[in-house]
Amino acid sequence: MTVDYRGRIPNNIDLSGDRRLQRALEHWQPRFLNWWHELGPDGFQAADVYLRTATAVDARGWASFGHVRMPDYRWGIFLAEPDHDRRIGFGDEMGRPVWPEVPGEHRAALRRLIVTQGDTEPASVEQQRRLGHSCPSLYDLRNLFQVNVEEGRHLWAMVYLLHAYFGRDGREEAEELLYRHSGDPDNPRILTTFNEPIEDWLSFFMFTYFTDRDGKYQLKSFAESAFDPLARTCSFMLTEEAHHMFVGETGIARIVKRTLEVMQALGKDDPDAVRAQGAIDLPTLQRYINFWFSSSLDLFGSETSSNAAAYFAAGLKGRPDEANFDDHTCLDTTERIAVPDGDGGIREEEVPTRNAMNEITRALYVKDCAIGVTRWNRTIKRAGFDAKLFLPSTHFRRTIGRWAGAPVTPDGTLMSDDLYHRSLPGWLPTEEDKAYVHSLMHAVTEPGKMAGWIAPPARGIDGKPVDYDYVKLH
Amino acid sequence: MTDTIPITYDREPTQYRHWSLAVEGAVATLTLRVDENGGLRPGYQLKRNSYDLGVDIELNDALNRLRFEHPQVRAVIVTSALDRMFCAGANIYMLARSSHAAKVNFCRFTNETRNFMEDASRRSGLAFIAACNGTAAGGGYELALACDEIWLVDDRSSTVSLPEVPLLGVLPGTGGLTRLTDKRRVRRDLADVFCTDPDGARGRRACEWGLVDRTVPPQRFEAAVKARAEELAARPGLPAGDPVPLMPLDRRLEVDGYRYPYVRVWIDDARRLAEIVVSGPSKPVTVERTAGWWPLAAARALEDAVLMLRTNHEQIGAWVLRTEGDPEALLAVDALLAGGMETDQFLRETVAWWRRALARLDVTSRSLIALIEPGSCFAGPLMELALAADRSFMFQPLDEPETAPRVALGALNRAGLEMVNGRTRLDCRFSGIVPNFPSGTLGPGEALAAGLVTFAPDELDWEDEVRLALEERAALSPDALTGMEASLRFGGAETLATKIFGRLSAWQNWIFSRPNAVGEDGALKRFGSGARPGFDWGRV
Repeated sequence: MTVDYRGRIPNNIDLSGDRRLQRALEHWQPRFLNWWHELGPDGFQAADVYLRTATAVDARGWASFGHVRMPDYRWGIFLAEPDHDRRIGFGDEMGRPVWPEVPGEHRAALRRLIVTQGDTEPASVEQQRRLGHSCPSLYDLRNLFQVNVEEGRHLWAMVYLLHAYFGRDGREEAEELLYRHSGDPDNPRILTTFNEPIEDWLSFFMFTYFTDRDGKYQLKSFAESAFDPLARTCSFMLTEEAHHMFVGETGIARIVKRTLEVMQALGKDDPDAVRAQGAIDLPTLQRYINFWFSSSLDLFGSETSSNAAAYFAAGLKGRPDEANFDDHTCLDTTERIAVPDGDGGIREEEVPTRNAMNEITRALYVKDCAIGVTRWNRTIKRAGFDAKLFLPSTHFRRTIGRWAGAPVTPDGTLMSDDLYHRSLPGWLPTEEDKAYVHSLMHAVTEPGKMAGWIAPPARGIDGKPVDYDYVKLH
Repeated sequence: MTDTIPITYDREPTQYRHWSLAVEGAVATLTLRVDENGGLRPGYQLKRNSYDLGVDIELNDALNRLRFEHPQVRAVIVTSALDRMFCAGANIYMLARSSHAAKVNFCRFTNETRNFMEDASRRSGLAFIAACNGTAAGGGYELALACDEIWLVDDRSSTVSLPEVPLLGVLPGTGGLTRLTDKRRVRRDLADVFCTDPDGARGRRACEWGLVDRTVPPQRFEAAVKARAEELAARPGLPAGDPVPLMPLDRRLEVDGYRYPYVRVWIDDARRLAEIVVSGPSKPVTVERTAGWWPLAAARALEDAVLMLRTNHEQIGAWVLRTEGDPEALLAVDALLAGGMETDQFLRETVAWWRRALARLDVTSRSLIALIEPGSCFAGPLMELALAADRSFMFQPLDEPETAPRVALGALNRAGLEMVNGRTRLDCRFSGIVPNFPSGTLGPGEALAAGLVTFAPDELDWEDEVRLALEERAALSPDALTGMEASLRFGGAETLATKIFGRLSAWQNWIFSRPNAVGEDGALKRFGSGARPGFDWGRV
């Protein structure tokens, strides 16, 4: 279905045919724009940014590119094409037709899931709002803004669901999504991670690589939902989310590349020497990985979860790519999960599969995270160095779940509490690391120019050259 | 009998695993940080400040300590040490694993604790503020409801909720439903909406609907609550006495029961019978401000005996209540307590302890039989044992009338030891029309004529009458007896407390025994497994 651009709100859901919903969303729209002005990217609202916008949701025509001021971005509502014969793919109601409306029985649970997901979307925009001032290039600046406007659109997607399917409560929740602000001590965002400001670009790339990837897996789980509008909304969001992962993976890859160039020129990998040349040494990168990977793992929730089990049973939230699994009801099966044995060791615990859904999803996520790491390591090896970046153990520095607070090293070894607490600061970005990274953050806004700590990308956007004027600053 | 080690109810603040009690001037703060691995029984984790009986036992102990060890405290802040979670209520896995009797016992005790909070605020001038610095769900909100004021942090996320019906297929069983309508006067249709939404209500709606009193943003929350507590603590009241340390309870386990100073419990498993014997003071009583003082020590011991028997001896269906001592001495105690309870904080709190111990007796699902024999001292506070009993027997000697036991009423029987319905046992016994009794102590004939005892068998019949009554009782259906006794003990108009102990608990206990809750497919059994409950849709 093509996107209807005639109304105030672009959409492919025949919004003009639903006056009630149209009015509700048109009422919400100015509030969203106010929020964007107040808490969206700081200082660049008037810039013309080379952004892509959806024109259709099928594989060929979904994106068109053009320079646009961000506040004029056509935020709208796009759902993946409907499959009229779609059946519920898992849980107790497997095989029955999917739900075009919210069943009363699941109203509260679905609302909660959508609100929690929706809350993260504007949160990341708020977290990243000052980054533009220290962009390493116009190319990166454009990517940041593309990510930001799409997170804004993901907020629209969730708000659409709340308005269309959850009545007055839904409208109130949609308002609240704009009232809560990242890092506001009085109105914080729901999930703790989304209240930490992202003040440097290394963190931004880490965030898009690790934390947005959690978003990808949440969306993949929702794309399986028996609540069809949610499934279709999330399916389309996934196509946008892919770009965010790309920004993260190539961002880190370009930093690694630049570091390797410096290391090759120096003929050594000494971190101080690398820093003296204005690049980011690999041990610092590793510490950032340790931080962001571990905090993103917490977003999947506890290893054993009654909520996850209930969501699966009810058909609200499946596993990512549910079709890849053999058993879609998981009624009598169990999983073995590693838990601390309380005695300084690890033991395996058998838990019902349904209760282990968070852990199953987390395991898929970890595998996905490892792909980029392997690629970065290949570059390091090719450059002739032995160093390796790695994902820390999934038990390292957890604050949620069975491993919360367990004294585990990045390589997964349990140690004494005392030693752990003394060692932990050395495994994470130190104040000195942060100060150093911060010292590198100076805006580079000449087309084609790159900051000294990051290599240029292999190619530009939409077939344009790297030195294209991706953001026209006025 | 339970198959594991018995549950005990005495605690020391140094042993607390879940609560911490901090006192600053006239304001105390009770902070909940439940030790996840500190459950009373194995097999469940107390996540997110969810509680089991052990958590509530500490709360109960802390409330007692406040009254005696921190007499200067006038306001109590109840709050949580967790981030964004005040209290998630009773632990569901604990409930799902518990026997029916254990669930009922758990609910009864937690109800009593909340009732006693209200009793302390009504009669001892202690103001309780629930400082919900995060979500208060289910029993967590019910704990808040037992406080005088509920303050909820307005962080746009934290909620108050009673999700029992939609999530668990049971009721908010610690007074939640009743306190919504009767205490906070929440409109019934709004309460209906609130109690069926598993997510409950956030700040603004919670305020509008009367579910909470105030909402405050996180940064100002702690200071605002503290300021309010100081304000409440500054209200006029009795001058604070000196702290009285509650020394550890001296309970000895005997082969056939328990022994305390002034209280002895004999358990007869074969006859499914327990005897509780309270001994009067051994010397004339003057005010002595220690935990060993007879009026305080006896009340403490009696309360503990009730709790121990109730929890750890389910098969013991009837309790025989006896006393030994001098009725005149008890009348002197009565006069001392009644005379001083309006002006002396220590005496007021001692009376309150008797009131609580006796209130526990009233809601105990056991047949209570008082035996008033020669050498007994059913007078003043101990006369309440006879009045609390379902039946009482008073021994009538054949020849020597001077050896007859004597009972006597004191001032406390007319005010101070009210049941949870706010009425004295005398008032309930005589349906509001309490006759004038002859003054002084009464012998069996007078007591019988005055309606203060049920029977006064003579020496010849005594043994048989008592034996037959007990054997007859032991043969009746325990369930029917529980229902019958509970109904007859609380005559007259309902109050919030009687509704909670009667109406709400009865419904809850009915639901707790229904397949829709506890059957293999029941909501409580299925909770957390990912399998959805299967209901029998018939409305009974």
